[in-house]
Parts: sequence; structure tokens; C-alpha cells
Amino acid sequence: MPLVQTNRLHKFYGTNHVLKGIKLDVEEGEVVTIIGRSGSGKSTLLRTLNGLESIDDGTIEVDGTALVAGEGDLRALRQKVGMVFQQFNLFPHLSAGQNVMLAPQVVKGTNKREAAEIAREMLARVGLDQKFDAFPDQLSGGQQQRVAIARALAMSPKVLLCDEITSALDPELVNEVLTVVRRLASEGMTLIMVTHEMRFAREVSDKLVFMHEGRVHESGHPQEMFAQPATPEFANFIRSLH
Amino acid sequence: MAYQFDFTFIPDYAGMLGQGVAYTLGLTVFGGVLGIAIGIGGAISRLWKIRPFDGLYQCYVELFRNTPFLVQLFLIFFGLPSLGIKLVEWQAAMLAMVLNLGAYSTEIIRAGLQATPKGQLEAAESLAFTRRETFFYVMLRPALLKVWPALSSQLVISMLGSSVCSQISAEELTFVANFIQSRNFRAFETYFLTTAIYFGLAVMIRQLLGAIGRYAIARRAAS
Repeated sequence: MPLVQTNRLHKFYGTNHVLKGIKLDVEEGEVVTIIGRSGSGKSTLLRTLNGLESIDDGTIEVDGTALVAGEGDLRALRQKVGMVFQQFNLFPHLSAGQNVMLAPQVVKGTNKREAAEIAREMLARVGLDQKFDAFPDQLSGGQQQRVAIARALAMSPKVLLCDEITSALDPELVNEVLTVVRRLASEGMTLIMVTHEMRFAREVSDKLVFMHEGRVHESGHPQEMFAQPATPEFANFIRSLH
Repeated sequence: MAYQFDFTFIPDYAGMLGQGVAYTLGLTVFGGVLGIAIGIGGAISRLWKIRPFDGLYQCYVELFRNTPFLVQLFLIFFGLPSLGIKLVEWQAAMLAMVLNLGAYSTEIIRAGLQATPKGQLEAAESLAFTRRETFFYVMLRPALLKVWPALSSQLVISMLGSSVCSQISAEELTFVANFIQSRNFRAFETYFLTTAIYFGLAVMIRQLLGAIGRYAIARRAAS
């Protein structure tokens, strides 16, 4: 059974039908990249998976925790789904270490000593164990984003959502973040990403999902999809990348 | 013609002036601490529309921000006894200060909380924080730091405004000054001195609050 499963997912913004019956299965350890033009609903889809966007119809199930048309235990779901944002969103009044420690302490009731241990371990995973005491405004964008990844990992999520996590970075800082993501993927972390880094997506993804006008228009293995687009819309999309 | 300044009265009234200053500072500190506490409560209930507190707070804030402090003070001191609530001078003065500062800090703190970037809230949500946890761990401290200069200014304004409490014979600094000049008939010197003391107090409070704000921001570097 897939780790993440959505069925007949519908979402409206007023009269604007942005998700039109999405079915998405993600197996444990799989790396799935959602691509598509802006306005195709890819970010919205990602954000429904941890309840940042409500859904109007359908079901979401992550590791046995279900949301049915928006009803369900959001807190339980969110503990299984980590998220990293385009704008990092670190807490500015807390050090890197404290940013990572906070959620285990507050949400899971982990004691301070243990939380600090977890934080050191997670910061080491993203190569920032030296920056435990640094504050967000003392870190580069790439470092902030790696702290944000460590913060999400500290909750031991079953799946990590990455919402255009390199889009706000200077070009020379993109690689350090992608390196961390690549390592997570190779360690078997389940990842669902929205990204414009097409080369990276082709390299690390097990599955590519092309969204078009609120639907999963085409999906499959990235190499095959790029080699042989099944739909004219995806072919157009690939062409527009060059 | 040269006016002959005569400050020789000061030593005789030094103790009294000291008590007046202490009274004024007491009103300010008490009003500040409780006022800000009320402000946080008010900001929470108005921001999240917690019934019936949001409505009550709105009436209270509008009432106290759109009427003169002196009238508020009279209403409390002379009006409340009709409802069977009898307050002595210092109690009425304290209550008026707390309520007045509470109304202003509600609006100031609400503005600070409202300015929380959406990304901060989403980050907290994605980490499975409840609304209450998000408020205490993510919103409150940055919001207070953001509006700290405005709160500090309001506190100084309230400290200066507390001179009005002399009108109900609360024995704060202005009351003491009135008393002294009615004895020595040296109005100019007495109010000159009083002005200097208020000025000194205002500068001191501003510096102190500024230092507290800087410490709170700098504490992160040490922690």
C-alpha cells in the first residue's frame, strides 16, 4: 500500500476549480517531483498534503492517517508530513539549534537535553553542526534553507514536502541545498517536490508528475517521459524549458 | 528687572518630592505591567475573535482611546461609588492608569501580532503546532520586539499623563508640586523643578526600556 495516497482530490478558490480530482500514489522511499506551469495547481496540491490548504472533496491518506474532505486529525497528519518552504520561514528570534529543537519540545514533549541532541544530529545531516548557535539573519540563504530542512527532519516525518525550495536562492547557493536533498533521497527518505530545477528533477526523481489545468496530465519515469512525451501539453512544456 | 530665583526650599521638601516621584513611578510601573498584560489578552481575543471577549474589548478600547484621561479618572473616582464601588485615591489612580494603558497597548500589540509574516504561521502549522503553541512560541516574542518602541513611547506618555491624578488628590509628583507652591508661593521655581524631574524621569524610562529591548534582542546572541 502506498505511503501517501490521494483520491478524487478537489479544491476550489471561490469559483476557480484548481484541483480537479487528483489521484496520486507515493510509495515509501520514492522521490516524486511535481512539475507544470504556474497556475497548474502543483503548489496547491503539495500544500493540501499537510493541510496547509483545505480540500473540498476527496481523501488524503498518509501512513494510515486520513483526511476525508478536509475532516480528520490534522495534527497527527502534520507530524507525519514535514515541509520545507521557498522562503525558508525560520523563526527569526531563535538560533538555528533552537529552530530545530522547538517542534520536538512543543509538539512531542521531548525534554530539552534530548531535543538539543536531536538538533545537533539533524544539523550535522545538513552539514551545519557548526552553526547551532547562529541566528537566521547570520546565515546565508542556502544555510537557512538547510536549517529549515533539519527543522522538518527533527520531527521524523514519513514524507518531506519541498515547495520550490531553491527558487529564492542565489544561483551559487542552489547546489548546497540540492546536495542535501540528493543525500536524503539516497538515504531512502520519501520526498515530494515542486521544483523548477528540471535537470535535478530528472536526476533524483523516481516519478515525475506533470500537472496541467488542475489535473495530473501525465506521469511516469522521468527519463522515459522526457524521451517520449505522451501528450502535446507536456511536449510543449519541455520545449518551453529550453 | 531681574527675577531672583530662590531654590532654597528644596531641602525642606526633598522627602516629599521623593515620595511624589515614587508614587508617579509606582503608577507607571503598575500601569505598564498590568496594562501590557491586558493588552496581550485584548490583542489575542480581538485577533482571533474570541467571543464574547472580542466585543467587550472593542468597546473598552474605543471608550478609553476616545475620551480624556481626566474624565476617565473622574468617572472611576466619583462615578463608581454610585455603583457601590468605593475606591480611595491611589486605587482609583492605579485603576485608571491600568485601564488607559491597557486600551492603548491592546491596539499596539495587536498591530505587532498582525504583522507576523504568513510564512511564520505556515511553518508553525506544518510542524503541527496548535494555535496556542504558535502564539506563544512563534508570534509573541517577535511581535513584542517589533512594537517595543511604540509601547515604550506609550508608557512615557502615560507616565507624563499620570500628573492628572493630582486632580483626585493622589499624591503623585504634580500633587506634591501643587502643595509645595501653595506653601512657598514660589510657583516658577517649583514648577521649573517639577518640569526638570518629569523630564529626567521620561529620559530615564526611555533609556531603561530601550536597554531592555536591546537586551531582549541581544540575548539571542548569548543564548
